[in-house]
Amino acid sequence: MMKKDVHETYAGMVWRRFKRHRAGFACLILLLAIAAAAVLAPVLAPFDPDQINPAFSQAPGGPYLLGTDQMGRDVFSRLLYGTRVSLTVGVLSTLLATSIGVVLGLTAGYFGGWADMVIMRVTDMIMSFPYIMLILVAGVIFRPGMWMIILILGFIDWPGVARLVRGEVLSLREKDFIHSAEIAGMSRRYILFSEILPNCFAPILIFATGVMAISILDEASLSFLGMGIQPPQASLGNMLNGAQSISVLTGMPWLWVAPGVMIILLVVCTNFVGDALRDAMDPNTSW
Amino acid sequence: MAKYIAKRLLYGLITLLGITIIDFILMNLVGNPIDILASNPKVSEGALKVRAHELGLDRPAWQQYFIWIGQILHGNFGFSYKTYQPVSQMILSHLFPTLILMGTALAVSMVIAVVFGIYSAVHVHTKRDYSIVFLAFLGQSVPGFFLALVLIYFFSVRLGWLPSSGMRNLNDPGDGVQLRYLILPATVLALSEAGNNIRYIRSAMLEILNQDYLRTVKGKGVGRRILIYRHALRNALIPIVTVFGMEIPGLFGGSVILEQIFSWPGLGLMTMNAILQRDYPVIMATCLLSAVVVLLANIVTDILYAVVDPTVKLGKQF
Repeated sequence: MMKKDVHETYAGMVWRRFKRHRAGFACLILLLAIAAAAVLAPVLAPFDPDQINPAFSQAPGGPYLLGTDQMGRDVFSRLLYGTRVSLTVGVLSTLLATSIGVVLGLTAGYFGGWADMVIMRVTDMIMSFPYIMLILVAGVIFRPGMWMIILILGFIDWPGVARLVRGEVLSLREKDFIHSAEIAGMSRRYILFSEILPNCFAPILIFATGVMAISILDEASLSFLGMGIQPPQASLGNMLNGAQSISVLTGMPWLWVAPGVMIILLVVCTNFVGDALRDAMDPNTSW
Repeated sequence: MAKYIAKRLLYGLITLLGITIIDFILMNLVGNPIDILASNPKVSEGALKVRAHELGLDRPAWQQYFIWIGQILHGNFGFSYKTYQPVSQMILSHLFPTLILMGTALAVSMVIAVVFGIYSAVHVHTKRDYSIVFLAFLGQSVPGFFLALVLIYFFSVRLGWLPSSGMRNLNDPGDGVQLRYLILPATVLALSEAGNNIRYIRSAMLEILNQDYLRTVKGKGVGRRILIYRHALRNALIPIVTVFGMEIPGLFGGSVILEQIFSWPGLGLMTMNAILQRDYPVIMATCLLSAVVVLLANIVTDILYAVVDPTVKLGKQF
């Protein structure tokens, strides 16, 4: 038993510890299942999501698993396609924000001086604008649409990542193995990308799950307000848009319960996976 | 200490300058008011030129920026394209309802976060702790607007206990703050903020409880109650101050969405209407205003942080 542990790789150790977090593990499975359903939407959806069927505002039943909306579109098919949009927005905007944040955070932390000063002040500025406000204004300036939302969220979400990476670099820079690499004459680029960056990987990954959860929530809020993904393209947020009218809210719960629950599932699962990753990768933190 | 505060204020000033520049650039990106006037065929070429000159739009951008800053320093935020009222007057008349909503939500969520966060940390790894953490996770993950819809469905429609809208502008004579209009939006705003904060305070408190000096106090034979309430809680002030600062931007963002749903006549509703109608002077003014408030909150938090935590290494972190 002892022997096996000694030969365990880092990834193996993380995976073993990750599985111990039962809620996180269950959420990962669920998230993967939902993602698979979203990817396979064209195969799984019984109807075209924009197709107008003869049954308007029909309660769930018959060929319409989750009923139809006021225009006769199948809610279940739209739910699958909407989930696809939400996940795409969540994953891609998180990738974009994390990349920007990592590059700027590394630069600020490792080079210090003016670069640090400028990057940190810009970070302060962007973080001062209330998030939703900035997104809404960006939504006014640029034509809304899925790719635009991804770009907007990506370019607004990075300051948190930048701050995190900068902090990590500042503490790593003083560690002995970095000093010895410097003394050994390694180039700055080698030290930055081959010594420092891999050591920031765990906190970045954990933080990124949080960014993804927030991106999914923001896309939903934005589309709910009519400033995000534009119909007829389905998104979880704009499917909820109709529930602003009392008649839909009270008379047609099938129109808003399913997309709402799907948003909550996606965000809860992403947060739990992040929590499990934190437990698995970082033995020092306790939340 | 004085040096630290001075440095923080200087950085704040630089940030403020940057915020005005970003705001100005955004305003120019969305298009200038002359283009909107020009889309009206009744307006002649000459009238456009006169108007452009009046607004200073025939000058270079950097001059326009300084003129704009000068006007703002005099409290002049320009005029709304839609209502033709001065923007500053519009903001003032919508400020009070928003302050009430945000203030109530802030107070409620702070109380929830502090009480549950500390309770959870003190009872760590019990069933009660796990349920609180789970609920906090849930609170953090449910979109505010969806929670609002669900609460309206149950409390306004099904039970008929609370109104979902109808709050009138408080500047109308004869209207006080009516508590029943406040309950639903304030609850939603407080709950969406509380989730994250419960977890933050819990983890900070856990770290405090694990520290050596508390073990020493325990070793002296001091009772659990005194240990927690006299020694540990004093140190919990630091995370509480941090959470206070973290909440402000969320409150602004949340109120924009929730005021829309609950027809709450505050700044958020005004901003949302301005956004839908592309009323740029109003959007830019509220954007600038909220950024300044958030910035001030951050500065105050940082200074408070230095005051309550004697171990903060001044000057090094920032």
